[in-house]
Amino acid sequence: MLTATILIPLLGAFALACTRLKEPTYRWLACSVGSVPLVLLVAVWIGFDTSTGASAFQYVVEYPWIPALGIGWRMGVDGIALTVATMSALLFVAAIAWPAETRGRAREYYAWFLFLEAVSLGVFLTLDLALFYVFFDLSLVGLFFLIGRWGHGDAERAAIKFFVYTFAGSLAILLAIIGLVLATDPLTFDMRTLIADQPLVGMDLRATLVLAGFIIGFGIKTPFVPLHTWLPPAHVNAPGPASAVLAGVLLKMGTYGLIRIPYSMLGDTFARYAFALAVLAVISILWGALVSMAQSDLKRRIAYTSVNHMGYVLLGIAAAATIGGEQAARQMALTGATVEMVAHGLITGALFLICGAFWQRTGDYNLEHYGGLSQIAPNLTRFTILASFASLGLPGLAGFVAELQIFVGAFSVYPWLAATALLGILITAALFLQMLQQLFFGALPTERGDFRDLARVEIITLAILVLLIVIIGIYPNWLLTPINSATGLLTGGV
Amino acid sequence: MPVGDVLPELSVLISAVTLLLAASFMRERDQWLAAPGALIGLTVAFAFCVAQLGEAPKLTFSGVWALDGASIWARLIILVAAALSVLLTPEWLRQDRRHGEYYAVLMLGTLGAMLLAGATDLMQLIIAVLLSSVTGYTLAAYHRNWPLSVEAGIKYFLVGALANALLVLGVTLMFGLFATTDYGELASRTDDGAQSMTLVAFSLVIVGVAFKLAAVPAHTWMPDVAEGAPPPAAAFLTIAPKVGAAIALARFVDLFPQDIPWRSVVATIAIATMSVGNLGALGQNDVRRMLGWSSVSQSGYALMAITVLGLDPYALPALLFFLASYAVANLAAFGVVTQLRGRTNLADYRGLATAHPLLAAALILSFLSLVGIPPLAGFVGKLALFVTTIESGYAWLAVVALINTVVSLVYYLRVLAPVYFAEPARPMHTLGYSAAAAVVLCAFFTVSLGGLADPLWRMLTEATLLP
Repeated sequence: MLTATILIPLLGAFALACTRLKEPTYRWLACSVGSVPLVLLVAVWIGFDTSTGASAFQYVVEYPWIPALGIGWRMGVDGIALTVATMSALLFVAAIAWPAETRGRAREYYAWFLFLEAVSLGVFLTLDLALFYVFFDLSLVGLFFLIGRWGHGDAERAAIKFFVYTFAGSLAILLAIIGLVLATDPLTFDMRTLIADQPLVGMDLRATLVLAGFIIGFGIKTPFVPLHTWLPPAHVNAPGPASAVLAGVLLKMGTYGLIRIPYSMLGDTFARYAFALAVLAVISILWGALVSMAQSDLKRRIAYTSVNHMGYVLLGIAAAATIGGEQAARQMALTGATVEMVAHGLITGALFLICGAFWQRTGDYNLEHYGGLSQIAPNLTRFTILASFASLGLPGLAGFVAELQIFVGAFSVYPWLAATALLGILITAALFLQMLQQLFFGALPTERGDFRDLARVEIITLAILVLLIVIIGIYPNWLLTPINSATGLLTGGV
Repeated sequence: MPVGDVLPELSVLISAVTLLLAASFMRERDQWLAAPGALIGLTVAFAFCVAQLGEAPKLTFSGVWALDGASIWARLIILVAAALSVLLTPEWLRQDRRHGEYYAVLMLGTLGAMLLAGATDLMQLIIAVLLSSVTGYTLAAYHRNWPLSVEAGIKYFLVGALANALLVLGVTLMFGLFATTDYGELASRTDDGAQSMTLVAFSLVIVGVAFKLAAVPAHTWMPDVAEGAPPPAAAFLTIAPKVGAAIALARFVDLFPQDIPWRSVVATIAIATMSVGNLGALGQNDVRRMLGWSSVSQSGYALMAITVLGLDPYALPALLFFLASYAVANLAAFGVVTQLRGRTNLADYRGLATAHPLLAAALILSFLSLVGIPPLAGFVGKLALFVTTIESGYAWLAVVALINTVVSLVYYLRVLAPVYFAEPARPMHTLGYSAAAAVVLCAFFTVSLGGLADPLWRMLTEATLLP
């Protein structure tokens, strides 16, 4: 089932690349192929066993690839992987359905999107470190071509910067993986074995170096300050749907990787550096919020709020790893971090799709060139306001559920850090309110008089994302149950 | 004489001589027939080589010729590379009135590279280096009327003459110190030589072999040859001698004990080579020169495996796998250049993906494999290199290689970006079906060596290195 989740969009991408059809056909074809993983993952979710004593990884499949090096096609999910992957699949369907400017190359555009969907889901679903790296790298290739070919502005430069910068990170991960795996005997890249064996226990220097490799690599990807400088240009020049996927799915690979690999496989060492990570997280939270507030470019502003939100996730992970913290609090922090990943994916995905709508209509991201749009674009106004409120953590919406748990968990371990980080929420609220006011209220500039409101497809796509944000905000239990089953095991509870 | 042990070499030699004679009598319009002739010779040699795989490793011809896994696999890679570069050739040389003899020279060059891979005697090493060099100069300068090609040949020759002279000097010193040129006997005597003199002789030989490997300090000919030689010849010259030389170097350094700090020497050359190659490629606006520099840097990665030879059982298979993956990816790149009639200006590659999607796909696959993006051949090669260097305690070397890999991504992307992101200005003319077939084959190998790496890797892990 999980294998099909990856192979169907992958084969779909190649099949699409070899056909010659009319442009709208590609979109619907890609959309239907792209929904298959979503359907499959929902089915997995329904069948997922969350009772106590259920095995951590379910739906496991395993085939050999290079047995001599202990590398295999290993797939399986726990609660964290399942929820993040399902959110990713949904976001991909939304991004593919979103009406995009394909510049006469619809075939390749949708083929790349399906390819990116396949490899991104692969990152979350695999249980083999080598395969993890394979998918991790391929996601860079997919996004490189999407940004460079269909982006705007100085897209070529942004695409190259994105690829080189994050490739440096993934090579750091590769070295760390090798350093970690070489400690096993016989050689294996099987994540389950590595989690069970904790192979670097007692090797202080080596474990620290390996951990540093992972932190740098995943830190670039997530990104945390000061490794975030590739993010704004990549976002600003990427087409809207690609931005949505970049923020919603690819950034999650960083934090998901942190939980899956160093947190689980280098438990002791990770715990020793948890405080340093928490400090980094707080810096990211404040820095991301402050820099975001200073931006007059709509897309840059949202891009920097991603730095801020991923800071919350990191804070949750760091709090969960801390030695001596109460188990319940640590579990809560880790659950919060995972919910934040899902929530941020949906919320920021929606916001970047909205950015795409702005660009398609005017080709301008400068906030000061807008105003009073609520008079002529009521639907756009509604969705933007709802998504922004969710992003700043309004109770009753998804962001609140996540941030509440992170902060409750973090307060019990690092009260001072958590209190400082709360400032971030305040700044985020200010920057979003200011942005909404600038865009939708006040006087309507004359040159914006012909601004079109959202079209039907756009409304449906956004409605689905926003509906989920509201449902998670009001009734989060269905999401928390699978996540808690995984975080309980990861924090040493039952 | 155990003639049966050199059947692959004999078939290459005999077909070279036959082609030379036949080409002098063939009519102008029949000259292309030499290409299928060369392919037949290479195929027969390939079959004989495969037959040797089953035998136990041994030394033959009074110990000057090794029949071990390393030599057999290296010769297989060389033969495949030669055959693919033959496929690229006939359409390229169509205008040349006497191009039948080109194949004879190419076959002799193949023979030289094969001899390099099997030599276990310093005299034999000299013969192999010289044979491979002399034919290389001819191939590089084959366009007699084109200044760049002649310049490439002359530069190649000048660097080569110096390097070969140093090699001969080194071998002379070795003979003076140890009274033998045989590897087996050298290995037992290197312990008790005057250390400083041994190091001098050792370094001289290393420089001679580094020339064939295009490694620092004798790498300077590579970009010129890549730019000026006919692209099919450039494809051959950036691969075949290099594969042979890598094995020759591995065999040679393995003879020496630890008190000759040869690991540090090789590691230094490795770092210098990969860094110089990458920095040289970084600002290139000429795609063929860029490929030349990138080929230098790839030699540097191969040297990582030689650095840790003997410390980890995976070092030799990693070296062989990396060479194979490099060979197919580099051939694919030069194949695309050939198929595009040798266009070399970066700006002329704009919009290739729109004009010729398949060629663009081959170029993308080739470059991504050279960087080491999974799941292509180059990824498995580099993964194996990293694993073996880290396992042997040379993690810092892997870190240097990692930084270099990131740098290399920049110049590969500088080519791929206009290929994929821009629209073509003019129609792009291509060469012909035979070259296209070679490109498709190389791209296919690049993907399948990565995806289906296991069988090859398994066989390579059984490879041995004599003496």
